Amino acid sequence: MPGQPGEPIIRVRGLVNRFGAETIHDGLDLDVFRGEVLGVVGGSGSGKSVLLRTIIGLNRPVEGDVEVFGSNFRKMSDNDQREIEQHWGVLFQDGALFSSLTVAQNIEVPLKEYYDMPLRLMDEIAAFKVGIVGLPDGTGEKYPSQLSGGMRKRAGLARALALDPEIVFLDEPTAGLDPIAAGEFDVLIRDLRSSLGLTVFMVTHDLDSLFAICDRVAVLVDKKLRIGTLEQLLQDNHPWIHSYFHGPRGRAALLSETRHTGKEGMRATAPV
Amino acid sequence: MASVAATLVESDEPGALVLAAAGEWLVATAAELDRRLRAVQVPGGKRVTIDLAGIDRLDTTGAWLLLRTERDLTQRGNAVEMRNLQPSFEPLIDQVRAAGLIAPARHPRPAYHTLAGFIARIGEVTLALGGRAYSILGFFGVVSTTALRLARHPRRLSMTAIVAQMEQTGVNALPIVGLLTFLIGVVIAYQGADYLRVYGLEGYTVQLTAASILRELGVLLTAIILAGRSGSAFTAQIGTMRVNEEIDAMRTIGLDPVEVLVLPRLYALMLTLPMLTLCANFMGIFGGGLMAWAVLGIGIPEFLNHLSTIASWSYWIGMIKSPFFAIIIALIGCYEGFQVARSAESVGRLTTLSVVEAIFLVIVTDAGFSIFFSALHI
Repeated sequence: MPGQPGEPIIRVRGLVNRFGAETIHDGLDLDVFRGEVLGVVGGSGSGKSVLLRTIIGLNRPVEGDVEVFGSNFRKMSDNDQREIEQHWGVLFQDGALFSSLTVAQNIEVPLKEYYDMPLRLMDEIAAFKVGIVGLPDGTGEKYPSQLSGGMRKRAGLARALALDPEIVFLDEPTAGLDPIAAGEFDVLIRDLRSSLGLTVFMVTHDLDSLFAICDRVAVLVDKKLRIGTLEQLLQDNHPWIHSYFHGPRGRAALLSETRHTGKEGMRATAPV
Repeated sequence: MASVAATLVESDEPGALVLAAAGEWLVATAAELDRRLRAVQVPGGKRVTIDLAGIDRLDTTGAWLLLRTERDLTQRGNAVEMRNLQPSFEPLIDQVRAAGLIAPARHPRPAYHTLAGFIARIGEVTLALGGRAYSILGFFGVVSTTALRLARHPRRLSMTAIVAQMEQTGVNALPIVGLLTFLIGVVIAYQGADYLRVYGLEGYTVQLTAASILRELGVLLTAIILAGRSGSAFTAQIGTMRVNEEIDAMRTIGLDPVEVLVLPRLYALMLTLPMLTLCANFMGIFGGGLMAWAVLGIGIPEFLNHLSTIASWSYWIGMIKSPFFAIIIALIGCYEGFQVARSAESVGRLTTLSVVEAIFLVIVTDAGFSIFFSALHI
């Protein structure tokens, strides 16, 4: 599904999600453009994961339209859905690896499902995917229960990338990782984005990730999204957004990012 | 995708073999490209040039195929050169190259597919069985000492937990236990009457049914149902708590998991299994009596007359066995729960194991009781 950069690849209009009497999303709109890294932030329980699950079709919204690659996933035939599913990869919070399969076999599951490949080629592809996500040699033979949390996330990413998708959905990819591993994960996502032209939809709590790799940030407040570049959101006066970016952690992340990349000109408007 | 097309064309230049790659080198075309790349014959020592000018689209799998070819040829002693790589694909090639060379993972394969492996496997299983028996015995010891310690401070035992477990394992099991033993009573009376009639002894149908239910079937059926219903639930509950690190959390707060989780379940089952056995015996004899009346026309006075000829010990044998079966089911269920490793898969595996082990041990113990009672002539 080739397309031009800059066109919306995900389009959400008037989304309403409700659980019982509690409204999670109320008329939420969102455009994600091809080739960008979008970070979705918001308080705990504000419905970030629900939004992700709605876009990938795991959660049926009460109202609203969700289009991915220009077509409504819910209104498609099963065959068309499979076609779409080939072009996205999802990394769930704890990796969601199949626990009865080794890491290599996990990566081979989508390959086996969609392509008729010789076993040897599949093993080789699984092995190089293990390398690309930065897992050490020999990880492919291990079972998920033998891996640390960070390794499980990397293995989950390897499976999400098995079909070389155009969009990857990441649900808190750096949560629970040590700062070094989280930093490496950021670099990995950034490299994959630049080399593959990936579109990344990332739910995160990690301010460092936001500053390091996101082109735009969407903040879930008051059941809707406020979307903008970091500079725009840093100016936003909404109380939650203000305390999010200007709290001690936000300032620290901003400071370190400014120091590392030397983007003083860009950040100078922000009160640091 | 229908539009996928990737090509690999061989041609000769002076002093070098040229492989011209073109089209869409993607995961979708990888199988075909892999086949063609492996079919390329390169004479030893010849220079190879991989021309990438015609590549329209490239993903990590396509890039990796190119790099694999380069690496394989280099290892065989051919000088390899890549040319005309479009600048937009450079970061991708660099990234895949940076990932380095990783050997394909071996697939887990059971080692006992050979004769020697099979024999070794028998040994392994036997040793593991011995180890498990030892370990279960150890668990029994831990539970016993905890129970003794708690006997001096009975207030520490949570009555709420015991009652809640009794409801789940006892009251909720009542309909299924009652129905099944009723049906078994019906079946035994019906079949027994047929056989006994051959010898003109159909009058003994009531004794046959009542004796088999009171001595064996009532308690055995109840124990097997509870092993499947409650033993498995114990394993799954405790196992899930282990996966969630709840057991570790208990320990850090100073709670003893054996005291909090095992003893209430053990005591609850020791109380409910005899009660359920009583109901099961009643329902079984009721079913048998109903059948005796329907098939043989044995009325209530005659039925009671038949029942009174059964040795009075028979009424107690099933009941005596029931608390022992309860101990087995509760201990195995809880023990296997504690064996769960931190994966969802092991919860399922150990739940199955707990049911099989509990039923096995119940029947072995029942056989032991049979020998014991027959030695006592009761």
